Amino acid sequence: MYGFEALTFNVHGGYLEAIVRGYHSGLLTAADYNNLCQCETLDDIKMHLSATEYGSYLQNEPSPLHTTTIVEKCTLKLVDEYKHMLTQATEPLSTFLEYITYGHMIDNVVLIVTGTLHERDVQELLEKCHPLGMFDSIATLAVAQNMRELYRLVLVDTPLAPYFSECITSEDLDDMNIEIMRNTLYKAYLEDFYRFCQKLGGATAEIMSDLLAFEADRRAVNISINSIGTELTRDDRRKLYSNFGLLYPYGHEELAVCEDIDQVRAAMEKYPPYQSIFTKLSYGESQMLDKAFYEEEVKRLCLAFEQQFHYGVFFAYMRLREQEIRNLMWISECVAQNQKSRVHDSVVFIF
Amino acid sequence: MGERGRGCCPPMDLMRSEPMQLVQLIIPIESAHLAVSYLGDLGLTQFKDLNAEKSPFQRTYAIQIKRCGEMARKLRFFRDQMSKAGLPPAVRSATQAEISLDDLEVKLGDLEAELVEINANGDKLQRSYNELAEYKLVLQKGGEFFHSALSIAAAHQREYASNQGSEVESLETPLLSQQETAIDSSKQVKLGFITGLVPREKSMAFERILFRATRGNVFLRQAVVDELVVDPVSGEKVEKNVFVVFFSGERAKSKVLKICEAFGANRYAFSEDLGKQSQMINEVSGRLSELKTTVDTGLVHRGNLLQTIGEQFEQWNFLVRKEKAIYHTLNMLSIDVTKKCLVAEGWSPTFATKQIQDALHRATHDSNSQVEAIFQVLHTREMPPTYFQTNKVTTAYQEIVDAYGMRSSVWVGKGLREGGEDLVETASILAGVAKYQEANPGVFTIVTFPFLFAVMFGDWGHGICLLLATLYMIIREKKFYSQKLGDIMEMAFGGRYVILMMALFSIYTGLIYNEFFSVPFELFARSAYVCRDPNCRDSTTVGLIKARDTYPFGVDPAWHGSRSELPFLNSLKMKMSILLGVAQMNLGIIMSLFNALFFKNSINVWFQFIPQMIFLNSLFGYLSLLIIIKWCTGSQADLYHVMIYMFLGPTDDIGENQLFPGQKMTQLQFHPSLLQIVLVLLALVSVPWMLLPKPFLLKMQHERHHGESYAALPDGEESLQSEANHDSHGHGEFEFSEIFVHQLIHTIEFVLGAVSNTASYLRLWALSLAHSELSTVFYEKVLLLAWGYNNILILIVGIIVFVFATVGVLLVMETLSAFLHALRLHWVEFQNKFYEGDGYKFSPFSFALLDSEDE
Repeated sequence: MYGFEALTFNVHGGYLEAIVRGYHSGLLTAADYNNLCQCETLDDIKMHLSATEYGSYLQNEPSPLHTTTIVEKCTLKLVDEYKHMLTQATEPLSTFLEYITYGHMIDNVVLIVTGTLHERDVQELLEKCHPLGMFDSIATLAVAQNMRELYRLVLVDTPLAPYFSECITSEDLDDMNIEIMRNTLYKAYLEDFYRFCQKLGGATAEIMSDLLAFEADRRAVNISINSIGTELTRDDRRKLYSNFGLLYPYGHEELAVCEDIDQVRAAMEKYPPYQSIFTKLSYGESQMLDKAFYEEEVKRLCLAFEQQFHYGVFFAYMRLREQEIRNLMWISECVAQNQKSRVHDSVVFIF
Repeated sequence: MGERGRGCCPPMDLMRSEPMQLVQLIIPIESAHLAVSYLGDLGLTQFKDLNAEKSPFQRTYAIQIKRCGEMARKLRFFRDQMSKAGLPPAVRSATQAEISLDDLEVKLGDLEAELVEINANGDKLQRSYNELAEYKLVLQKGGEFFHSALSIAAAHQREYASNQGSEVESLETPLLSQQETAIDSSKQVKLGFITGLVPREKSMAFERILFRATRGNVFLRQAVVDELVVDPVSGEKVEKNVFVVFFSGERAKSKVLKICEAFGANRYAFSEDLGKQSQMINEVSGRLSELKTTVDTGLVHRGNLLQTIGEQFEQWNFLVRKEKAIYHTLNMLSIDVTKKCLVAEGWSPTFATKQIQDALHRATHDSNSQVEAIFQVLHTREMPPTYFQTNKVTTAYQEIVDAYGMRSSVWVGKGLREGGEDLVETASILAGVAKYQEANPGVFTIVTFPFLFAVMFGDWGHGICLLLATLYMIIREKKFYSQKLGDIMEMAFGGRYVILMMALFSIYTGLIYNEFFSVPFELFARSAYVCRDPNCRDSTTVGLIKARDTYPFGVDPAWHGSRSELPFLNSLKMKMSILLGVAQMNLGIIMSLFNALFFKNSINVWFQFIPQMIFLNSLFGYLSLLIIIKWCTGSQADLYHVMIYMFLGPTDDIGENQLFPGQKMTQLQFHPSLLQIVLVLLALVSVPWMLLPKPFLLKMQHERHHGESYAALPDGEESLQSEANHDSHGHGEFEFSEIFVHQLIHTIEFVLGAVSNTASYLRLWALSLAHSELSTVFYEKVLLLAWGYNNILILIVGIIVFVFATVGVLLVMETLSAFLHALRLHWVEFQNKFYEGDGYKFSPFSFALLDSEDE
């Protein structure tokens, strides 16, 4: 039914699309960032943010502020908005919205498991978890000793359960295994999300497949770069790549055999959309790669708002907000640590 | 203020907005704060932001604003605490000792620290209290459980003993005893248990996870706690279950402990020994009551503290907001290069000059400043803001006029019934507040608005109901002012004086229509008509003859219920609507004359006002004249025919439709129908008159101005105003085509509008008809019908339905719809004749307004 969304989309999705577009218009603007970058203290940041939509969340904070408080409150706003949308949503939008949080769930699981491995306090770990990726029995994760237990005890009740089918081993949990687990889970999650969007069809499928393909390709590049010089074999590496995206399948073959960053670069430059990202970087450099990818992502996310009658805007909005919170965190950190010269290093403007 | 409003007749303040001036104040920095504070008390200056390019924290007084924000946060914290403790802040008491901002800051800081400490202590106590309470519950429930288990075990034991006693040899006996010994020796030691409480909604998951984690090697018993338990960690009341878990082995124990922790289940030590249990219960109860008294004293202490805060809360709150406003204003002033003084620019009404100077002088004096502040008037081409001095009665009317410009979704959203499309149209014609010093329709609105409303709402019964409701609001005005009202109530209260007038006029028109809940009364005299034969019923007018003088005021009650009631009333109301409409539109055009004269714009007088008057009156003024003549003479001429053939065949004879001699001028042998022909020709001529000369004249004027560009600059306020009046070509380039198209649109709008607006006034008739028909229906089909059954029950039901229908439909919905239609007639039909409404409102810096603002 491609092209006919306009006929029926608004019956269920119209209200929430309007809401999300309203939220989108509340994102910080270029002028806001300009002002924020000039702030001298965290109080200045608070004062400036109080004129934006974050105002009501920050106004009751006592004055010696910390970066974490700012980030926490800003995240709280995002979570409130997300919950509002989720409670208003009907199928299949509510499932779509839930899919957005699975990524955070995977990160939280990994965070808790790694934390317990290094014998951190569970409460402390729970505070660090992203509130969007919380589920009931998350604290019980600390009980598990290996992946099989992890799955059997806790995760079988969560939406992540199906993604675990590929990584149930009885091996003890260690850093390497956890990282492999994270990537396997992410791969399964992205593929599942991709399939779900394809099933929805229409503009949603079109836009989301583009966004998810970008995400998958970015992860593939990151996996390749991070696994250089580790004991991960080529086949294992190959297995962690998601089975869709622009790089699939030939790009993956090339990435799997890369031995250093310049080879990754050579492999990626064959793909026009990614060429521009890599041409910005000098040879042998991977520090700025994250930022370059984020910038490209933000550009694509903003484009999702150009089209109407699809669910991509929800995904795009959540991602943009998260990027904004990352920006705020970076700015506040720079301000708090008197490193104002580095403010522009990691801020990705959203316009 | 002195010389104004004192003469023989009061000046018409509302007709034109106050004359404004742009003033510049140069204030020494040491007296600036006080000066701004006094100006805020005065509330007659609108400061311009001279630092628009600076971000908020780069401004001079950013630190002070931050301090105020911090204090406001502390006050919000106090208010939170007070509302949690159920103490409302006292209404602002008599002025207490003035307190300076610095003192207040210190005081608030101290109070906050004290309160936070008390809260922390209280929380700690409360927490241990809650823990003890939970412990007690565990002891009770666990005790029950162990007790019952013990008695069951004892029963088993007895049974077993009796079995043994009877010496019945079974196959299992040796095995069992062997097992028992085994348990006794080895496993009994390792079998541990944990007791505690778990939130009820998590209990199922808790059990499931326990089962999974230990592969089923646990024994879990749960007991429901009936009352809500206060959770020690969160302090909230939740439903909880007491549980006892039995397990074996150290690994299982660590798992169970971790799971308990993960589920937020609080664990408590528990002993198996019955004696110890009861001892523990006693001990815990004792400590509970001890703690209780401690907690209570803490609460009382906290309550006292909050009480003292509450007494002064409002005063502090106001002070902080006032200071914040002052610093915000100071931030808008530009600082002099020498940093010795601040320069302020702002608008103020000219009459306030003296007051402002006074305030500045007092500020200088009170702050012991060496240098006097300087007050000077600047000349500018900028358009000043519009400021009307209103009082509590006229405010509502002025707001009706001002609302013309607001994108008032409220009104559009309430587009009811037939008003639907019209109101959307209304909403699309938008502008701002009245232009500076242009004629203000607000003056006339005070009378015309309620009057047009009443024409549609004519029923003196309903009018009295409205009057009572609004009188109630007016009498309890002071009380309503101080409290927060609901959304709809707020609106009704704000417009109480409008409703008052509407009610009074409704009573008046209701008397004219002779309707009281649709029932006619013979109030002023007996009906003029009587039956020809004595036994006739009232359903027809055919059998009536006129026996007395004409009924002195309003409609004769005999018309009511007769067969010819509708044709009679329709004809009356329709013609009346047209008369009212033409009158109001003429007033609108005359207002444009006032505007043109005031702004010394002769082009608008000669090429806009005059042709418009001629056009409107040659057609619809003539119609109105015919209507009046027809009423006076009782002629049976067909006005439709006259009007239509005035265009289609101006030379034709109108025969029996002639209303007055000379209408066609036949007897003068001069020309067959001179008057009508002249009128039609005048109307036709006035169209190009309106359209053509003005753009060309403007062009000429512009070219002349252009040639004189090096001549002396025009001075005086008049030239400024006339320049501002047609600012599109005053400065900026002159686009002839644009002006011409604009004039074309204007002309077409007026010509078509003359017809459609006149027709639009027929809504007066339509709504009035709908109102009277609806009330007749409710009266006859509900009340009289119920009365006819002679059954008390049906009568009561009937009266209830009648009352609800009258209140709900007639008094609320009809009021609203008549209000909206009156509003539309004012905004569209009346105001489009003269009202530009592209000004902006004067919003002075005033502490009085601070109160009404929400934070």
